[in-house]
Amino acid sequence: MTNFTIFIVIAVMAMISFALVRQKSVAIVGGATQQLHSLPRYHGYYAAVRVFAPCLFLFLLWIIGGETVIENLVVAGLPDSVKNVSGDQISLILNRIQLAVQHGEASTTDANILAAADKYSSLYNKGLWATFSLTLAVGLLGYYLSNSRTHADYRARNSFEKTISVALAASSFLAVVVTLGIVASLIFESLRFFQQVPIQDFLFGLHWSPQTALRADQVASVGAFGSIPLFAGTFLISTLAMLVAGPIGLFAAIYLTQYANRTVRAVAKPVLEILAGVPTVVYGFFAALTVAPMLRDAGGAIGVDVASESALAAGLVMGVMIIPFVSSLSDDAITAVPSSLKDGSFALGATKAETITQVLLPAALPGVVGAFLLAISRAIGETMIVVMAAGMRPNLTANPLEAVTTVTVQIVALLTGDQEFDSPKTLSAFALGLALFVITLLLNVAALRMVRKYREAYD
Amino acid sequence: MNSAPAETGPEAIQAKPKMAARGVNVFYGDNHAIKDIDLDLYADKVTSLIGPSGCGKSTFLRCLNRMNDTIPICHVTGEILLEDENIYTSGIDVVQLRARVGMVFQKPNPFPKSIYDNVAYGPRIHGLAAHRTDLDEIVTTSLEKAGLWQEVKDRLDSSGTALSGGQQQRLCIARAIAVNPEVILMDEPCSALDPIATAKIEALIDELSGRYAIIIVTHSMQQAARISRKTAFFHLGEMVEYGDTTEIFTSPKEDRTRDYITGRIG
Amino acid sequence: MTERNVPHAELSTGPTDWKSGAMQARIARRYRRERIFQSLGLGAVVISVLFLVFLLGNIVKNGAYGFVQTSVSIDVTFSADLLGDPTSLSPEAFTEKVRKTNMLRLIQTSMQELFPEVKGRRDTRTLLRIVSTGARAQLRNMILADPALIGTTKRVELLTSDDIDQVIKGNIDISLPEANRKVKDNELSWLQTLQNDDRISLNFHSQFLTGGDSREPELAGVWGAIVGSAFTLMVTLLTAFPIGLCAAIYLEEFAPKNRFTDIIEININNLAAVPSIVFGLLGLAVFLSVMGMPRSAPIVGGLTLALLTLPTVIIASRASIAAVPPSIRDAARGLGASPMQVVFHHVIPLAMPGIMTGTIIGMARALGESAPLLMIGMVAFIVDIPGSINDAATVLPVQIYLWADSPERAFVEKTSAAIMVLLFFLIAMNGIAIWLRQKFEQKW
Repeated sequence: MTNFTIFIVIAVMAMISFALVRQKSVAIVGGATQQLHSLPRYHGYYAAVRVFAPCLFLFLLWIIGGETVIENLVVAGLPDSVKNVSGDQISLILNRIQLAVQHGEASTTDANILAAADKYSSLYNKGLWATFSLTLAVGLLGYYLSNSRTHADYRARNSFEKTISVALAASSFLAVVVTLGIVASLIFESLRFFQQVPIQDFLFGLHWSPQTALRADQVASVGAFGSIPLFAGTFLISTLAMLVAGPIGLFAAIYLTQYANRTVRAVAKPVLEILAGVPTVVYGFFAALTVAPMLRDAGGAIGVDVASESALAAGLVMGVMIIPFVSSLSDDAITAVPSSLKDGSFALGATKAETITQVLLPAALPGVVGAFLLAISRAIGETMIVVMAAGMRPNLTANPLEAVTTVTVQIVALLTGDQEFDSPKTLSAFALGLALFVITLLLNVAALRMVRKYREAYD
Repeated sequence: MNSAPAETGPEAIQAKPKMAARGVNVFYGDNHAIKDIDLDLYADKVTSLIGPSGCGKSTFLRCLNRMNDTIPICHVTGEILLEDENIYTSGIDVVQLRARVGMVFQKPNPFPKSIYDNVAYGPRIHGLAAHRTDLDEIVTTSLEKAGLWQEVKDRLDSSGTALSGGQQQRLCIARAIAVNPEVILMDEPCSALDPIATAKIEALIDELSGRYAIIIVTHSMQQAARISRKTAFFHLGEMVEYGDTTEIFTSPKEDRTRDYITGRIG
Repeated sequence: MTERNVPHAELSTGPTDWKSGAMQARIARRYRRERIFQSLGLGAVVISVLFLVFLLGNIVKNGAYGFVQTSVSIDVTFSADLLGDPTSLSPEAFTEKVRKTNMLRLIQTSMQELFPEVKGRRDTRTLLRIVSTGARAQLRNMILADPALIGTTKRVELLTSDDIDQVIKGNIDISLPEANRKVKDNELSWLQTLQNDDRISLNFHSQFLTGGDSREPELAGVWGAIVGSAFTLMVTLLTAFPIGLCAAIYLEEFAPKNRFTDIIEININNLAAVPSIVFGLLGLAVFLSVMGMPRSAPIVGGLTLALLTLPTVIIASRASIAAVPPSIRDAARGLGASPMQVVFHHVIPLAMPGIMTGTIIGMARALGESAPLLMIGMVAFIVDIPGSINDAATVLPVQIYLWADSPERAFVEKTSAAIMVLLFFLIAMNGIAIWLRQKFEQKW
């Protein structure tokens, strides 16, 4: 008996009920299906749904919660001498038990663990069988109900469609659930962090060094969690990126919408799309291995000291990554300006450049600003380029030639590698994530509002 | 079938045409939109271009200040003369040409700027005012000439798009006047307006007719009869007939003109 | 405006004097500005194109070498004394004996035949370092596959170590003083001898495409990451596509226009712009710590990426559904179809090409995504090819990240080559999307 078998059994039950109920609906009216309210297959569908949905629910319950429950039971049953250890030791013990379940006596000689492994296996088996019999019973009940209710006037189609529409609505509701999940998990973990580190230290502190004691008996500094240097680094790199992407993206959009002939457009548009489609890890690799050494050499040639992981390298490459973003959104904004305005300006004898700078761009301004805001939000949240090309050391500076670190770099640094889950060090990543989420959300809301207002003005 | 320049009498000798078309053809890609047009346009006479929609009258109008240049597939042959100078020769500067031949469009298209900036836009780009006071004066006189000054003098800083449709169109006329053009082209300037606003614009056209050569495309024969001295009838890309407005409407020479005027074709 | 020409008095009296010198100069200036403006625009486009060419050129230049590897041909004597005699031993015993034999001794014998002058432990060790550590497994597999080799001497092509490989590919500057480079003079002279004997060759290296990760650049391959990516994407597709499609259908066809629907819409638009790393935090907090799912597994990675691509799929599907003209719906409704039948029998089939295109593009984006996967532990060093969605795995972009971080020079070309593999898949997916769009595009 495995999970897979249970799933197959559920699926087969659903198919059989479909066939049986469908047949019955035909039989009731003696083959004259036009006397049925709903087509036979809808009777079948609805029966299948009645069997499948509750069974699947039970099955998922077992899949998601089953192991956790069993693990708790097994741990509770361990002798006190083994059990009375700190939280992360428990997970270690659980790991050993799991290994013992898989490999038997080859993995350990500890009798306690082996006993626990036996207990685990037997509980797991019981759980499987319980789930199996329960789903079987529920499935049969579903079939019985559908079968007994099948008659000529039964509105099977309506009921079936109602079920489907509930499923559709639930799917779209899931998007809200995801957002709530993000917000809830970030806030929950951040609150735990702020219990240990005062929120004002986090928001206004100038010093970031999240080193905490590795062991309980170690006497070490608690670590400092002042996030200002990280946000300063993020801000510096985003500014550099926008200094590249803003003008280039905007001018590219202007050129492509106003000047370019078909050949240039046929080349440039796919190029921009490819730039947008290149994975950020590729940009990161390029920034770290090609651009950063180039900048360092160039700096050396003119006697300027450029750090090997300079903010400049990360900012420049991030800027290039964002160019297509700025250009395609600005492109939309510019093309949305009614051509009558352009005609009006041309008819007064304005040159193209004058028309663009004095009529087109002012008219498209809200859309362009929206594009820039979205691009900034994108730059702030970008991770791989800075992880690979910016530094790890917090550095409160405005000098782009030095190495800085960013919010996203620190989140990655804090959460990669094995950490215990409730140390302030790990939790601080969630506080950073929350701050990142709030900032980008505000930027996005502002940008989307701006773009929408702008669209309404010209629709 | 082309009525050669209709004026052969003494009047034609004393008045030199301000603009003239000589064998003008327009192609949109493969589509022959305007077929071999010859037409003289006089400075002191409002000229109407009439004809059913799609007959090419707007296309022809847009050739007169080379607005068709903005359409890549559009191709013009023949000559269009502005004071004996072919505006389609390579030496001609479109920027200058369009300052001399202004245009008012079918739908009012004020820029999303203040009323003042709308009118000042042309003089600014062409450098027609040396000082702020000069610019103020150009704006004032242009708005006065367009009959809009009284209505907007207290709110020159409010947006041009906030005006009513008729006011917007007069603002566009003021905007065109501000660059001191010699010819003003009007492409169905009243088609988006209500009758009262239309009447105001028509009165304005009448007033301006002494100072600027005005060429107006209209779908309304009554309007052509009311405001123009000369009328050209276009049909399927050809100019069927051209002459004094009164003659065209009372005793047309061509059958097609008569059919159009009496409503048999449209 | 500080122009000196055309006093206003002229304006009211007569036409503007366009021929005046001042006006001509001004017009010339305006045209100059126009040309500068236009060249700025062209410059922006050219910079973008050049950057892409530079980026791709750089990667292809480096990456092309990642697909080839240097081999050295040596004459290996498969001595029966050392390896056991397959004719006298049982197959099991023979296999056991071969497995326990240190293959380095075979290599050592052959190498010392080639370089009899090399004596002493240190020099011998250095000499053996020419051959990759993977050569032992290579020899062992050869013998196990063909026991008849025992007792013969055969010329075998063995992989060289990554340092030697880099010398051959010209990536190590041998003009540097000896102390500053990894490959020493004596190694270079041996290498020269081997080259003179025509024993060194640069061949296509299939292990790069078929092998798993390794600490040794010459043994590292991307297959493990490709399989990991495939499992992850499968989970993403199976979750994001049905849910995204259902959500799009509901929002476009059935949702009542009310505040709640508005909230969902705004939500989806904002969700599309949330930084990907935040989804990683969500995955870590929900899937790993609350649900206790396995770390580093494609199932978790796939679910996390599904949440990330869900907005993309919903937005693309909605656009595609909205593009189906209302007349189709009216026609179906006119025949007495229920709203559900209208949607599932008529609207969705017509919108399907667009939905598929949007989904494939969303999947391509998910394939290139790495930041959220770092959060859920898909950065582990994993040698084995994952066998299911619950095994620890890594994905292509994360593999690239890991290799890019490795200190060995030889990993630069491996990284670039892995990027080429990743780009190949991305181009293929986008190509399919474009093909679908062009083949099935409906003009309403």
